[in-house]
Amino acid sequence: MEPFQLVADAAENLYPARMQMALSLGWHIIFSCFGIAFPVFTVFAEWRGHRRGNAALTDLAHTWAKAMGVLFAAGAVSGTLLSFEMGILWPGLMGRFGEVYGFPFVLEGYAFFIEAIFVGIYLFGWNRMSPRAHMLSALPMIISGAAGAFFVVAANAWMNNPTGFRLDAEGRVADAEPWAAMFSPSTWPQTVHMLLAAYMVTGFTIASVYAIGMLRGRRDRRHHYGLLIPLTFAAIFTPVQIGVGDWIANVVAEQQPAKLAAMEGLYETEDRVPLSLGGLYYDDELHYAIEIPFGLSLLIHHDINGVVVGMEDIPVDERPPVNVVHIAYNVMVGVGSALLLLAFLFGWTWWRRRRLPKSSWFLRAVAVSGVGAIVALEAGWITTEVGRQPWIVYGILRTADAVSPAPGLFLGFYAVVAIYLALTALTVFVLRRLAHHHDTPAPQEVDAAPPDEHTGELAVR
Amino acid sequence: MTLAELVLGVMFVGLIAYGLFGGADFGAGIWDLLAGGTRRGARQRDLIEHSIGPVWEANHVWLIFVLVVLWTAFSGAFAAVVTTLYIPLTLAAFGMIARGAAFAFRKSITTLPMRRFLGAGFALSSLVTPYFLGAVVGGVASGRVPPGIAEGDVIRSWINPTSVLGGVMAILVCAYLAAVFLCGDARREGAEDLAGEFRVRALGTAAVTGIAGLGGLFVLRSDAPSLWDGLTGRAAPVIALSVVSGVVAVVCLALKRYAGARVASSLAVTAILVGWAVAQYPYILVPDLTIEEAATGRATLQAMLLALAVGAVILVPALVYLYVLFQRSPTGSPRQAVPSEATGTGIH
Repeated sequence: MEPFQLVADAAENLYPARMQMALSLGWHIIFSCFGIAFPVFTVFAEWRGHRRGNAALTDLAHTWAKAMGVLFAAGAVSGTLLSFEMGILWPGLMGRFGEVYGFPFVLEGYAFFIEAIFVGIYLFGWNRMSPRAHMLSALPMIISGAAGAFFVVAANAWMNNPTGFRLDAEGRVADAEPWAAMFSPSTWPQTVHMLLAAYMVTGFTIASVYAIGMLRGRRDRRHHYGLLIPLTFAAIFTPVQIGVGDWIANVVAEQQPAKLAAMEGLYETEDRVPLSLGGLYYDDELHYAIEIPFGLSLLIHHDINGVVVGMEDIPVDERPPVNVVHIAYNVMVGVGSALLLLAFLFGWTWWRRRRLPKSSWFLRAVAVSGVGAIVALEAGWITTEVGRQPWIVYGILRTADAVSPAPGLFLGFYAVVAIYLALTALTVFVLRRLAHHHDTPAPQEVDAAPPDEHTGELAVR
Repeated sequence: MTLAELVLGVMFVGLIAYGLFGGADFGAGIWDLLAGGTRRGARQRDLIEHSIGPVWEANHVWLIFVLVVLWTAFSGAFAAVVTTLYIPLTLAAFGMIARGAAFAFRKSITTLPMRRFLGAGFALSSLVTPYFLGAVVGGVASGRVPPGIAEGDVIRSWINPTSVLGGVMAILVCAYLAAVFLCGDARREGAEDLAGEFRVRALGTAAVTGIAGLGGLFVLRSDAPSLWDGLTGRAAPVIALSVVSGVVAVVCLALKRYAGARVASSLAVTAILVGWAVAQYPYILVPDLTIEEAATGRATLQAMLLALAVGAVILVPALVYLYVLFQRSPTGSPRQAVPSEATGTGIH
C-alpha cells in the first residue's frame, strides 16, 4: 500500500527512536543547565562589579553574558527539535496522555518565551540601560529559567509516577486532572535535584575554564574571579545535593522499586542489605561489587533491618536493564562524591585562609570538575530514564507501545546524529572564539562590531 | 463558542503570531539569500541582521506554543497529524535548527569561508522551512490526515497539489511580509535607498503572491473540494478582506507609507489564515474528526484557558517591551566601550 515500505512495524522503530530521544535530550539537558544557572552567576558578577567599581568583574560579567547568549541559542534550537520529537516519535504517549501531563509543557512554553525575551533584553541592554534597570532585567530570566526546569521535570516526574487521572474499562483516560498530574510524588525531589545539578554543572564547568587558564599561567584578577564565583556557587550547592539525593532515593524506593533494585543491582528481597559499589550483574546476581554492610537498608529505611525489594519480585518482562542503571547510578554517586571533596577542600581553605588552595593539583582538579559534573548529570539522567524501562509511563504504558509505527522513522536518528555533531562543533568553536576575543558579539546582540580588518567582506552570507 | 473552540482559537492566535513574526523572520532569510554577492549585498544583510537579531528567538517560541497547546488540548488529533506528516515536520525542525544555529553563530565567526557557509545555511533553511510547514498545512487542510497514529500515507500526505500550493504560498507570504517590514526598518535606520529596494521587492512579491493565491484557489477546487467549498462559501468574506487588505498594502507601498503597509499586509496574511480556519470549521481533521470530538477533558481545557490567560498577562507586556526597545534604537551603539576590555586576557 505504501509507496515505500521501509519498515513494517513499530518494533524496528523502537531502538532508533529511543536513541534519537536520548541523544536529543542528553544534548539539550546540558544547555538547559546553563540556561538555569548562568544568568545568576552573570548578574552576580555584574552586581559586584558595579558596587565595587571593579572593572575586571564588570568585564568578566560582559563576557559571561555573551557566552550565555551563545549557550541559550544552542539550547533553544535543540529544545525546538524536542518538542517535535515528543509527538513524532512517541504518539502513543502524547496522543493518549497529552491531556493529562501536557499541561506543564504549556507553562514551560510561557517560561521559555519569557526567558527568550529577557535574554534578548539583557544582552541588548548592556551599557544601554541604567545598571539598576539592567540587573533587574535579569530577574525574569532567572525566575523563568527555574520555572521552566520545574515544568519540564514535573512532566518527567509524572512519567515516573503517573497520577491525576483514571483509566476506564477500555483503557482510555478519564477524569484527567492536569494540576494533580503536575504534582506527582516525584515532582519536588526531582525538580530540586535537577536545579541543584544545573548549578553544579554550570559552576564547575565555568570554573574549570578559568582553572585551565590559571594552569597556563594567567593569574590576573579576571581569572581569579572567573574561578572564584562559579566555584563558590557550586561548592555551596554540592553538599545540599547529597542530602537531596537521599530524599530522592527514598521516593524511588517507595514508588519505583524496580528502578531502585536496578540501581543497586539487587536480586533478592531481604533485610540488612549492603550497599553495592561497582560490579557486574548477570545470572541474577551482582558480581565483583564492593559491599558496604547494611548500607542500603540504612540508606532507604534508616534502619539496618529495613527490607528492600529486589529484582526477584519484579516480573521478568518488567525489569529494566540492570547493568546500565547500576553503573550509571554508581558513576553519578562516585563523581558527585569527588566533587563534594573538592567543594570541601575549597570551602575549608577559603574559610580558614581567605584564599584558594595553592597547590596546582587543586587547579587540576577544578579543571576536570566541569567534565565530571556533566558526566554525573548524564549518568543521573540515564539512571532515571533507563531505570523506568520498559515503561514510558510507569506501570501503565510500555515504551514499545508508544513508539510511532510510521515507515522510515528510524532514518531520523542518523540525521539527528549528524546535526548534533555539527551543532556541537559550532558551539565549541564560537565559545572558544569568545574566550580568545571578548568583543565577539553574542547571537542576540545587534551591534556586531566588524570582527576583523577585511571590512568590505564583512556582512557576507 | 464552546470551551474547545476557545482553546483552539487561542492556539490559532499563536499560529497567526508565528505566521506574521516568524514568517517575517523566514522571509528576511530569503532576502538574505537573494541579496547578491558578498559586497553588493552587505548593506542589505546588515539591515536584515539588525532587524531580526534580538527578536528571532522570541518569535520562534510561537510555534512551540502552538505545538504544546495542540498536544495537551487535542492530543489525539495532534498525534495523528505529527505521525502521518512526520517527514515534512522533521525536515522543518531540522531547517529551524540549521537556521537558528547558523544565524546565531555567524556573527561570532570571522573567517570568510565559514561565514559564507553559515550564511548560506541560514538563507537556504529560511527557504525550505516555511515550504515544509506550508506543505503540512496543505496536507491537513486537504483532508489527507485521518485520525489515528500514522494512519495516513506518509508520502502523499505532503507531496500533493494542495501541499505544494501551501508550501509555495508560505514562502511567498514570508518573503512579502519581510520585504514590507524591512522597508520600515530601513527608513528608521535612515537608509531610504535600502527602503526603496525593499519597496520594489515588496510590490513584486505582492503581485506574485496575489496571482499565486487566486490561481491556487482553482488547484483547491479539484484537489481539496471541501476546502474550496468553505473558502468560496462561508469564508468568502474573510478571503475578500484579505484581498482588500492586500490592495491597501500595495497602495501604501506605492505611496511609501510603510507603517500603513505593515498593518495592511499583516491583516491580509492574518485573513488568509483565518479564512482557512473558517473554511475547515467545524473539523480539526477533515472529514472525520470535529473540534468537539477531538477535544480532551474539561478539566484540562479549563486549566489551559486559565494558564493561557494568566500567561498572556505576563507575556504580552514583556513582548511589547522587547519590540519597543529595539524599534526605538536599532542602531544606537552602546554608550561606551567597557574600559577594561583591552586589559582582559584570553582564557585559553
